[in-house]
Amino acid sequence: MAGSLRVSARLHRRAQLRAFGLVAPLLIFVGLTFVTPLATMLVRSVYDPVVADALPETQMLLKDWDGEEGLPSEAVYAAVAKELKRAGAERTLGQVASRINRVQGGLRSALARTERALRDVEQGPWRETMGAIDPIWADPATWHAIQATGERFTSRHYLNALDLQRLPSGAVVAQPQERRIYLRLFWRTIIVSSIITLLCLALGYPIALLIARSPPHRANLLLILVLVPFWTSLLVRTTAWIVLLQTQGVLNDLLVVLGLINDDGRLAMVYNMTGTIVAMTHVLLPFMVLPLYSVMRGIPSVHMKAAASLGAKPLQAFLRVYWPQSLPGVGAGALLVFILAIGYYITPALVGGSDGQLISNMIAYHMQTSLNWGLAAALGGVLLVGVLVLYAVYDRLVGVERMGLG
Amino acid sequence: MSHRVKSVIPAILVALCAAACGSGGSDKPRSITTVSWGGSFGRAVNEAVNIPFTEATGIGIGVEDYNGGLAQIRAQVDIGVIHWDVVDLEITDAVRGCDEGLLERIDLNALPPGADGTPAAEDFVVDGRYACGAGSLYWSTVYAYNDDNIPGAKPTTMADFFDLEAFPGRRGMRRVPQANLEFALIADGVPLDQVYSTLDTPEGLDRAFAKLESIKDEVIWWEAGAQPPQLLADGEVVMTTAYNGRIFNAQVLEDQPFVIVWDGQLLDVGQVAIVAGTPRLKEALEYLAFATSAESLARIARRISYSPMRKSGMALVTTHVVAGVDMEPHMPASPANVARALRFDWAWWVDHQDEMNERFSAWLAR
Repeated sequence: MAGSLRVSARLHRRAQLRAFGLVAPLLIFVGLTFVTPLATMLVRSVYDPVVADALPETQMLLKDWDGEEGLPSEAVYAAVAKELKRAGAERTLGQVASRINRVQGGLRSALARTERALRDVEQGPWRETMGAIDPIWADPATWHAIQATGERFTSRHYLNALDLQRLPSGAVVAQPQERRIYLRLFWRTIIVSSIITLLCLALGYPIALLIARSPPHRANLLLILVLVPFWTSLLVRTTAWIVLLQTQGVLNDLLVVLGLINDDGRLAMVYNMTGTIVAMTHVLLPFMVLPLYSVMRGIPSVHMKAAASLGAKPLQAFLRVYWPQSLPGVGAGALLVFILAIGYYITPALVGGSDGQLISNMIAYHMQTSLNWGLAAALGGVLLVGVLVLYAVYDRLVGVERMGLG
Repeated sequence: MSHRVKSVIPAILVALCAAACGSGGSDKPRSITTVSWGGSFGRAVNEAVNIPFTEATGIGIGVEDYNGGLAQIRAQVDIGVIHWDVVDLEITDAVRGCDEGLLERIDLNALPPGADGTPAAEDFVVDGRYACGAGSLYWSTVYAYNDDNIPGAKPTTMADFFDLEAFPGRRGMRRVPQANLEFALIADGVPLDQVYSTLDTPEGLDRAFAKLESIKDEVIWWEAGAQPPQLLADGEVVMTTAYNGRIFNAQVLEDQPFVIVWDGQLLDVGQVAIVAGTPRLKEALEYLAFATSAESLARIARRISYSPMRKSGMALVTTHVVAGVDMEPHMPASPANVARALRFDWAWWVDHQDEMNERFSAWLAR
């Protein structure tokens, strides 16, 4: 009795081990390509040791300085001179300077200039010498910038991502009006993505319904019609929309020929928000149709007939019998489209114009051009939190286990 | 038995080493990856530099296209797995990349002398002597119009670009603050040599944005260099800022009735640089020396209208290799065109790009 239990326990363990062995490649793959990069990026949003490592003595001496009794002491100037020289020799000055420059524009080249001029200087008084090299050294703002970037663990990227800044006094306040952009872009991204999701649902639901209720050979044909654009390059589809929608484009020409608008009144349908919404709705439509179709295929058609035979009118039968059964597909499709839409940046970049930019365009800018990966990571982090909150809300309202992806 | 085994083991080791060492040795065909901007410029570089280089040295070249920026280079250097060797960079990216330690330092004296024997360090124009790369070509942001779509008087100055009354219709502009702020100040009457000192003051900056504001409603913002010629050809805009080489291509190779207005052009410089830590440094240096020689730069300039940044190279540029037209009037750095040019102040932009971009984005969104 005990022996057979032991045998079955061993068999069970072996089966578990084999199952684990089978999914191990997937786990490793997900770990390497998804979890690790995500974690490293998120770490970057709060951790940046470059300035702290390059200017340790300066940072230590600056700890007690708060700018109220004027410029820092001669000892601080001596420390920063020594450490700038060392950073110059070790070729880390550029990294240091570009970080300080993000807090106070203009300091990058001033720091480089100072380092070049100091190369031949061995003796103090440092405050006078450096003040003569560049006026930045007589400006408390420079020292505040050095102080602010000297924290290894920093909240400034997240503050920046939320249009906030920390004053030298430690108080957190809103950025000046002309530098407030990210919150506005977050809101715009959420609103545009919601509109696109609703449009996809309105357009996709009837299509999915039609496919699900067609006989198999016609359903296949219709599915291919949905999939062909899905397989076409994103850039081709976006450019095609430009051709159709631009002021001298096909649609405007048609409206002019039909006499609905006159030649001077051509509509601006691209390089603005309209263009972004139209093109993105088209690009994301298959992500709505496919989950809807896979759920609808599982709804027996006899249910509607049963409802009709019990006296329900078609609309009533649809609302009370069919729609509730198709909800898991609606949830899956809507969540998929919404999450894809908030991260999209190629289509808005091409057809967005001045008011069609989304938050992902700014993330791409900070990744590629400004190399401010800390801020890019913080913006991404805020977006990630937004998606997780949405997911939690969805789970509470609909229940994730009811989501049908087919 | 044991004796035989002993003699077999070294034999296997030798064979293994021969296989392994051989593949890393000189027998393997060497090749490097160069990264450039694609399109008509990429084709010109391919014909003028890459193919002759492979013929001369036997080093193969894999070409990749990109759209500027340092993200990919930084990712490769951070991970330590480098597959890009030589990259064609915008000067601001080259400066930033150099600061961040992403690019190899280049000794200009190690590069070949000019076509007339001048040492390389003097043959390069001042803008081409940067620590982490060698200057390649002058390129320019200009504005251009479609002659068919502007009847009567034609625009000739930067102020005309901002004059909606004399020249009604939509304008194309690149969706970045660079060039647009400079153009706005030039159009507003700021002398060329005071543009950057004006931009450096809060009042000057407000003035630039106010000038942009005056045409904001009529602007279509473009992103990629291929868009402006398309916008002009489609009649989507009456005039647009553009890279001069793209407009040249449309004029000469596609016979489009486009006209470039050189007044107030923004003259910018390109850099060829090597990614830090590449295992193929020797080949990459060989390529860089070849690609930035006066002869190579002139060969590129005979295919697309960007001026060589070597003094001795400029004289070698004669006619276009296909169309046969004289290149001189199309060159951004030719004496006639450079007379009213503003030189791009990359140092100012590297210092202020982040603030300008934030302000520009905030302004666009309003």
